[in-house]
Formats: sequence, C-alpha cells, structure tokens
Amino acid sequence: MKEKRASRFYGQEIEAVNVGLEGMADALESQGVEVSRVDWKPPKNAVPNLVYTREGINIEAANCEAVRRIMISGAVLTGMGIAKDVIPGMHERMILHAGPPVEWARMCGPTRGAVMGALIYEGLAADADEAETLAASGAFEFDPCHHHQTVGPMAGIVSPGMPVFIVENREFNLRAFATMNEGLGKVLRYGGMGEEVYTRLRWMEDVLYPNLARALETIPDGIDLKSMIAQALHMGDECHNRNRAGTSLFMRAIAPALIRVQTDKEDTARIFEFINGNDHFFLNLSMPAAKAMLMPAKGIEGSTIVTVMARNGTEFGLRLAGIPDAWFTAPAGVVEGLFLPGFSEADANPDIGDSTITETAGFGGFAMAAAPAITQFVGGTPELAVRITQEMYAITQSEHKDFTIPHLNFRGTPLGIDVRRVLETGLLPRINTGIAHKDPGIGMVGAGMLYAPEKCFADAFSAFEKKFCK
Amino acid sequence: MKVVTKVIKGQYHDSVSLMLAARAIKESAGVADAAVVMGTEANKALLRQAGLLTREAAKASADDLVISVKAEKGGESILERADDFLAKKSVQSGEEGVSTPQSVREAKQRYPGANVAVISVAGAYAPREAREALAAGLHVLLFSDNVSMQDEIALKRFAVEEGLLMMGPGAGTAILNGIGLGFANAVPSGPVGIVSAAGTGLQEVSCLLAKGGVGISQAIGIGGRDFSARVGGLMAKAGLEALIADEATELIILISKPADATVTAKLVEKLQGGNKPAILCTLGAARKEKQEGSIYFTRTLEECAQTAIRLMGKDIPDYETYRKESSQNLIELAGKLRKDLSGSQKYIRGLYSGGTLCYEAQVIWAEMLSKPVYSNAPLDKEFTLPAGEGHPFHTAIDMGEEEYTVGRPHPMIDNDLRSRFIISAGQDASTAVIVLDVVLGFGVHPDPGAELASAVKQARKASQDAGRALHVVASITGTERDPQSLSGTEESLKQAGVIICSSNARAARLAGFLVNENTGKSEAA
Repeated sequence: MKEKRASRFYGQEIEAVNVGLEGMADALESQGVEVSRVDWKPPKNAVPNLVYTREGINIEAANCEAVRRIMISGAVLTGMGIAKDVIPGMHERMILHAGPPVEWARMCGPTRGAVMGALIYEGLAADADEAETLAASGAFEFDPCHHHQTVGPMAGIVSPGMPVFIVENREFNLRAFATMNEGLGKVLRYGGMGEEVYTRLRWMEDVLYPNLARALETIPDGIDLKSMIAQALHMGDECHNRNRAGTSLFMRAIAPALIRVQTDKEDTARIFEFINGNDHFFLNLSMPAAKAMLMPAKGIEGSTIVTVMARNGTEFGLRLAGIPDAWFTAPAGVVEGLFLPGFSEADANPDIGDSTITETAGFGGFAMAAAPAITQFVGGTPELAVRITQEMYAITQSEHKDFTIPHLNFRGTPLGIDVRRVLETGLLPRINTGIAHKDPGIGMVGAGMLYAPEKCFADAFSAFEKKFCK
Repeated sequence: MKVVTKVIKGQYHDSVSLMLAARAIKESAGVADAAVVMGTEANKALLRQAGLLTREAAKASADDLVISVKAEKGGESILERADDFLAKKSVQSGEEGVSTPQSVREAKQRYPGANVAVISVAGAYAPREAREALAAGLHVLLFSDNVSMQDEIALKRFAVEEGLLMMGPGAGTAILNGIGLGFANAVPSGPVGIVSAAGTGLQEVSCLLAKGGVGISQAIGIGGRDFSARVGGLMAKAGLEALIADEATELIILISKPADATVTAKLVEKLQGGNKPAILCTLGAARKEKQEGSIYFTRTLEECAQTAIRLMGKDIPDYETYRKESSQNLIELAGKLRKDLSGSQKYIRGLYSGGTLCYEAQVIWAEMLSKPVYSNAPLDKEFTLPAGEGHPFHTAIDMGEEEYTVGRPHPMIDNDLRSRFIISAGQDASTAVIVLDVVLGFGVHPDPGAELASAVKQARKASQDAGRALHVVASITGTERDPQSLSGTEESLKQAGVIICSSNARAARLAGFLVNENTGKSEAA
C-alpha cells in the first residue's frame, strides 16, 4: 500500500523535475539538487484540464482502475465453436463486420466482397450477383463484431456458420471471439472471392476446426495467450502485423495435443503446413486476447480510456470506457506504405479492420520498438519503431506490467490510450496495418502506417466533457 | 529605419529567456526596437502594433521563434548573432547523446528518484503539467499565475487524495528538506515549520528567523488563494498536517493575507489539535487577543518572526517592548533625515518587488500615517492607485503584479523597470522617500544590489541637481549564505546612499516617521 501522506518526502533527497523557466532549474542546481529539465513545448491544443467529474469522480483514478483491470486480465484460449452457437446475440440471419456500424449502402469494396463471399460460403447464394442482391435486400442484419464480444481483422466478416476461437478472461469471467486466420493473398477478410477462397474456408471448417477443437479439449487449462503475446514481444513480434513468433509458439503449444487426437497423419501434416504457412495465424488469437483483456474496462464511470479502436473501411470508430455505448467516428484514413508488385496507392482501400484492438490493449503499433523486423514491411526504420513506441507513452495512462520491450530496457508497453492526453499533446495513436484493395474480390495489396483520425478523439473528449464535467 | 526578421522553425524558449534576449538585443548599438517571441497569433499582433511584423514574421507558426529587429543599420548582423542572445542551458535533443525528456512523466520515468516538480509555464498550460506531475507522484511547486480557481481546487483535491503537496498556483517559494524551491533563501535548518500563502512573506520570515539564529524545518508555500472560501484551505490543511507529523518541527507558523473566517477557524482548530505551539501571521488582521492557548496571533511578518524567535528560547524582549525601543531609534533617525527635505517633499514612494512586503508596509502605514497610501495592490480598494506619476499622495507599488510583468520578467529577476521607476521618483519634487525591498536568494537576480544602487545614484543625482535631497530606505530579505550575500548587497546599496533597515517593517516605519509630522500616532503599528 502506497503511503498517502504528504509528509512522506521527509528524509528523502530532493530530486526535481523542472518545467518552464530555466532559472528555476539553475537555482536548484546551484544547491546541488539533481534536476531533470523537461524540454517543454506548448501543446498544440489548449483543452480544458479535466481532473474531476461533476459528481466528484477522480478521472485519473478512474483511468487507473481501467488500466488495472486490463492489466490483471488474462486471456486463455479454451475452445472453439460455431459462431451462431457461441457468440452472444448471433443468429442465422446476422453477419458481423469490423469497425463501427455501417449499413450495406456505405460499406467499402472489401467489406462488400467479404459479405458476398461469406454468403456464397454459407451456401445462401450461388454467385456474386445473387450474393449482392441478397446482401442489399435487408434480409440480413449487419452488426459490428464489437457489439458481440468479437473482433475480426480487415473486413472482419463473421457469418453464422463460421468456426470461431473462444478466448476467456477468467479474472472477470468474460469471453471474446474471433474466426481463424486464412492466410495472406486472396482471402475473404480482404474481400477476396472465388473458388480458392471458399475451398480454403471449407477445409478450415471441415478439417482444421474440428481437430483444433478436439485438441483444445484435451488441454484442461487452455492455452495462455497473454503469456504467449508477452513471449512473442520478446521474439520480434508486435502481434499485429508480425505474428511469426506468436504463430510458432502456438504451434509448439498445440502440437502434442493435436497429434494425440488425430489419427490421419496427412490431415495432421496439412494442419501444421497451413499454420506454418501463415505467419498471421496468431493474429486471430492476439486480437480476441486483446478484446478479452479490454472488456472489463468498459463502463467505468468517469474514465477517459479508449476501449475500442476499429475501422470498417469507411469509418474509423473509437469507444470510451466512460461512455460505453457510443461510437466516435471519422472517415477512415489513407494508409501510407509499401505496395505489392503491380499495385499502388490508387488501388488502396481506406484503413480497415478490428486489428487496432491490439494497439488499444498496449501492443501492436504501440510495441513497434519490440519488432524492428516489421518496420521494413510497413515502410519504416528500426529507429522510427523505437520513436513510435516512445511517443505513445505520452498519450497512455500507464505501462503494461506484463508486456515488456527488451530494447527499451524491458520497459512496459504503453497501455491505456487516454483521450485527454491525446487532445492535450496533439499526438495521435500510431497504427500499422495491412492494406486491402478497394474493389471486392482482390485482396491484400500492401501494408503501411497511419495515425488514428483526430476527430474521433476530439468528439470523444467533448462528449465526455459534456456528460461528466460541464 | 529598417526592420529585419529571422524565423527559426520549431525552436521553443521559455518566456524569461526570450525577454532577456530581447532586452540584450535592444541594448545593442543602433537598435531602436526588437522583439524575440514565439510566433503565436497574439504575439504577431503585438509585433504588428510595434511595427515589427515583417512578411516573414507573419508567416511564422506558434512553434517558431521570431526575432525582429528595428535598426538604422546592422540589423542583419544582430540576427546572425541571435543564438548568442539565446544561450539555452538545457541539453538539446539531438542525434547523439541523451535527449532531454519531453514531458514530466518521461522525466519521472527516467529519473525514478525525482520527488518534486517545479512548474512555471504559462497559466493556460500549467494545470495540465501540474496534473501530470501529481499523477506521476511528484510534489508540485506551481509558480505560474493565471490559473483558474476551478483548476486550482481540482489539482489540490487530487494532491490531497494522493498525499502530495500542491504548492500553488502562484506559489513562489518553498523549502523542503533544506532545499529552496522557486525564490528561496539559504536559511539554516531548525525547529520552525512554515506554511505560507504569501511567497515573499515566507522569505522575509525565514530570513528574519535566520538573523535571530532560528532555523527552518520545512517551509511550504501554498499560493495566495488557498485561504479563500472556495479553495477552503485545502493545501494549508495538508501542509499543517505534514508539519504536525514532523518530528523536527517544534513550532508552526501559518502566514497569509486576511483570510476567509471559516477557513481560518478550521485551520486554527487543526493547529489546536496538533500539540505544537503555533503562530498565525495574518497580515493586517483586525486586532484581537494575542494568544489563545498555545496559538499566537500576529499581524506583521516582523511580529511573527520576533514572536517565533522568542518562543524558541532566544533571549529577546517581547514584541511590544522591541517595537517601542526600535521605534524610538527610528524616530530619532527620521527627525534628522527630515531636516534635509524641502517643503514640497511630502510623500512616500514605495517600489516593491515582493507583493507581501508591499502589503506589510501598507499595513504598517495604515496605522501610523494620517493620510492614505495608494497602491495597485491596496489594503482597501478605495485607495487603488490611478495611472500616472507624481501623485499628491503616498504610493506603494507592487511591481510583481500583472500590469508590470506582462512581457517582462518578474522584478525579482530583473530590476529594469523598477530602476526606471526609482529614477522617475527621484525627479518627482514631491518625493520625500523611496522605499525599496531587496529580495535575495536562489532563483532571483544575481546582483540586485548593484542594479538598484546604480538607479538610486542616478535618482539622487537628479534630485540633487534640482536642489533637493532624496532619501532612499531599503530592507534586504536575505542571508549571508545567499548567492548574492547579504553583506555584499548591503555594502553596494549603502555606497549609493541607501539607508538599510533590518526588516521590511522597520524600513516602512522609518519612512512613515519621516513623512509623518505627528509621530505620536506611530504607537499603533
């Protein structure tokens, strides 16, 4: 227990931090005091200083509580199931998508492609035309994954029959869900359509899913994803755009169980080949893990911590712990990055996917310093990676006690985006991400970096001020 | 005349550095006017008014440093040397070496042993920095003014919850574990703990105690508004609790200007429960019983210090006796000095750098003079000083108030404006005596004695040339161990003909006797 008495400085050697007039620091140094001089610059925005809510809630304390809950949360992969059976509120005529709410008419190309692909995969439409008519007919309810404790990368489409991972936060008795990752190239989550996409999805449903599910049943404690993320951060992953180490760790953990439950050697080998051939397999585990850990922060009165950042390819949306049911949205940004051969910026869809849940949970782009190898992929340098992580400390409430970065002397990753600090510093969260083609049916065309849009944060700040402070 | 401008992209300097640089450039040969400012819209408007806004300067952004020089010739060469005027002490964050921290939190993260933040950025930004410092677990001395009451209350509440000291806004001084924060003097450590809502009050009392051989345990500045009904003495209470809990503190002093009665009553109750003797110094409070149990009530800084010294077992007479004896000496001295004055020389010209010292002087004069003293920080709003000079009444100016510090450093850091006022008061045929405070210590001007002495010499010469004598009375708030040295400062002022008194109250009283024909009324103060 921290001693909460002002007199606790007695007997301590005075060490000072100086912000402002240099003469003040000089005066201290002339007395032999160690002074750390802050290279202070006026912030870009002079926003109201929010300390207490009208009702007297200490915002800093509310935020500490939010971050405490996120930090003590675990994330364990305990099993799998079919979306309509296990995801709360999911039904036969519902399709989940990434990001904030968006109706068919406003959906971007990749999301439309993925919706249509999912309808074909589900056997509800024979071809793209039929799928489009059906999607536009209003026969299906579209809802954000985030409204159902679910997250999905890129288009993030979850249809009723898709198998999903079940990730448990045992500390708070909560569950989060995500589909299995299909790999790179022409895949549904990038809006890819065509026989190869459906064939792969069917194999995943018929072979990969039942085997993984049975293997997981034989692991009574489940697979500790939080610990795996922590390890992967020490192995060069940031668990958003680089999941090579995480995927390898997962293989290591699942292998014995998988071999025990499976008699068909060829299937076993294909499962290993599939996971091994897809460095992003772990992304669909790190994301629901992030979601599961963030969920207990939802609804904390007076907290300015961001609990969700997500994009649907049309809009970027964020949600705040203190205003749990609102989405603060702005047009999705354009990703600056590197393109696969034959593609350019002109082909790129705006920012898309729920994968920014990783940054929200204190890894992903916020842990760039842990992943120097990723920087080339998203068009940066290792120095930039370190700078990005260091910059993010200015806008987060805390540092993660379990996720650390070796290169920063094992400093905890920046955790808990505080909307106040984003507004005050003018620093926006950095995101690194894959780039989808803007047209349905094509897939991934590159990867890069961008900032979350300022408007979402400004709106969230104003709404918070209005709800709690004015 | 030609105006030339240099814009340096993305370079930030604190306001004092900028003002000192502008002053240095203005003093260069051939320069008519100069400005060194950050390129904010407000500053650009000021440049326009001053005729210093070039097209280049107009394009500068708030992150850019703008240097504009108006000169007959040679403006360009001054711009080339601009960096010399702006020597920045902090390590520049650069490609190599250790960069400086960009925020309070980063500083705390890098230096986990840090326990105090001294914050002096502009008031609009100060609350945020203070909040971040408190959240990082640092005690805060917030020097900045112009912080809203609402922000002050929130920050102090937050500090109380965290068990931290939120000293300020508007707190100039503190001494924690023997280290002076802000403007503070090198006083010995000892048994007296101080909580003060008046910065120079804290300095004056701690220095008078030092002169009397009594040291300080802790001295906690809390800012001038802490005793208001709205703030409710939040930090005074926390400070008193800290001192009550401190084994090294035997006697507690609480200094303020007249305070909210409920707040004062609450604090007195706190002190009564503390089992330690305490002195309340409420400047200019209505007279009442001098003692209630182990709590003593005093009305001037001098009375407070004298009472404390006596309570700490020093063999000095009680305050009433002391005051009568010292007044006798002052009356004799004043009688001699008055003989030099001509009939037109009737008025006191108090020129203060310390707000509390200006206030204490007015408290003393209010009781001994038959005529009112007008001030920009008056005891009674009725006697607010009008604009202009050569007023046919006594004046006392607190030059640390906002109207004198916009666009220039505080008079404790820079005596430029006060020197001009001294010279101008010397030219004023109605001036009988100029009264000055000279505040020494860490953080203040390295040699205020020399600066003021030079102004006094000029003023006295001007007065002499006009056939008048001019008396200048000063007190020095300082100790021998201060960087400027008490005796050295005293020496340079004496050489300029300044009469040095051993306390601000004595200086005020001497000036009062000097202008007051009816010395009989003097007994009151």
